[in-house]
Amino acid sequence: MNIKKYIQDVFGAIQSLLKGMRVTGYYFLHPKEIITEQYPDNRDSLKLADRFKGEVVMLHDENNEHACTGCTACELACPNGTIKIITQFDITPEGKKKKALNTFVYHLELCTMCNLCVEACPTGAIVMAQNFEHSVYDRKQLTKTLNKPGSKLRAGIE
Amino acid sequence: MHEVVGTTPKGDFIINVGPQHPATHGVLHLVITLEGETIKKIEPHLGYIHRSIEKMCESLTYRQFIYVTSRMDYLSAHINNHACALCVEKGLQVDVPLRAQYIRVLLDELTRIASHELWWGAMAMDVGAFTPFFYAFRERETINEIMEETCGARLTMNYMVPGGVMADIHPAFQQKVKKFIQQYKKKIDEYNELVTGNIIFQNRMKGVGYLSPENAISYGCSGPVARASGVACDVRKRYPYDVYNQVQFDEVIETGGDSFARYLVRIGEMQQSVRIIEQLIDAIPQGDFQAKTKAVIKLPKGEFYQRVETARGELGVYIVSEGGTTPYRIKFRSPGFCNLSALNEMAKGGKIGDLVATMGTLDLVIPDIDR
Repeated sequence: MNIKKYIQDVFGAIQSLLKGMRVTGYYFLHPKEIITEQYPDNRDSLKLADRFKGEVVMLHDENNEHACTGCTACELACPNGTIKIITQFDITPEGKKKKALNTFVYHLELCTMCNLCVEACPTGAIVMAQNFEHSVYDRKQLTKTLNKPGSKLRAGIE
Repeated sequence: MHEVVGTTPKGDFIINVGPQHPATHGVLHLVITLEGETIKKIEPHLGYIHRSIEKMCESLTYRQFIYVTSRMDYLSAHINNHACALCVEKGLQVDVPLRAQYIRVLLDELTRIASHELWWGAMAMDVGAFTPFFYAFRERETINEIMEETCGARLTMNYMVPGGVMADIHPAFQQKVKKFIQQYKKKIDEYNELVTGNIIFQNRMKGVGYLSPENAISYGCSGPVARASGVACDVRKRYPYDVYNQVQFDEVIETGGDSFARYLVRIGEMQQSVRIIEQLIDAIPQGDFQAKTKAVIKLPKGEFYQRVETARGELGVYIVSEGGTTPYRIKFRSPGFCNLSALNEMAKGGKIGDLVATMGTLDLVIPDIDR
């Protein structure tokens, strides 16, 4: 009786191993079902999702104008001090003082891509970009100024 | 501080596993007392990846602190965020739109599948099979792509906000999930053929690392670890949140209590997750994806607690509010910590060779244990 069970076990074991081998054998003969991304060789054709959070950028139009009023809503929404906004006072044609953006400092090295600043922005001035290759040789290069030199606030945005 | 090297006065041998050891899946440090090859005692040492997340949360607002919780149990980041969002909503007494609830539950279950996928691959690798790891990651990649499209990130999404979700689902979301589910059902059968039925695998798992139901309860185990010992503790069934009370699914319970039972519970949970997704994916109602909340959230004075079922067990979020914009105190009850504390009970009396297999079935994520 024991010998019968022993032989049954041996054949059961062989059967179970062959079943597993069938699965691996199937993929050995159907290599197209294994998907491998050939990065970085496919960099030209690589398409990331539209919503992919790679880094924060400021939108500029063709007149080099942005929509940032310097309200610091994004700075307050940021959980880890990634954004620092430096403002200045412009003199309007009526002779009044008006707060405006001077420098939008963005510390990419601190950013966790949580999207809270983009959500908080009342004018839609900043968005998330799809760039994900951030490695640089010097850490200082990760501290970025998002507003382009010479850019100014688009008319009509308060 | 007691000895962590050498021998005890009785002549027992003390060895260290970790903190830098591939089998511990992170910076877990186990001090093991051995008598020959038999384990007499296991003591986990923690603190190698402590980031004081609870303290950090005290200086963040109720919108900001959610993203930090993705870094606790990073394999079920979505479900952690869900717990925090639910807890804040409880304090605000805001009704979440039905559409947002459906989206949340759908993404929770996708996360659960992705998490169990990674566990399945790593588990098989722990007992010496390398191929399953690639198969598991292939399916996980599909889920990650779906996540990337809708949430904008693959692992730490930060998609849940108090009142709903951050953005509406991607137009292709439903179609892609349906396609994935169609393929995935066949893959679970493949997994069973490849690993579950394998005689070598079964012999290494059966009768190893036994945890009795009494011990599972007294150590506070939850999730698949407790359910494998026959303890019914699925938060989704016992204390349903969002739309979990409207979907049909079974609470997977095994009574074996050994490593193989824990394995079977997780395989069963993957199938149940597929069942939940199938019921919800076509029924997503129209409407808002986010309830209107104030820009600056202030919770009323009081204490709020919310628990959810993550891929590892019960996660509790406990907020004490003094009425301000930041929490006075936050406590997370993480599933991994309690499950790890039962490891001594499971491995005691067993052989050291079985330790890695037993630990694999606990599905430990160390940043979750050590917040």
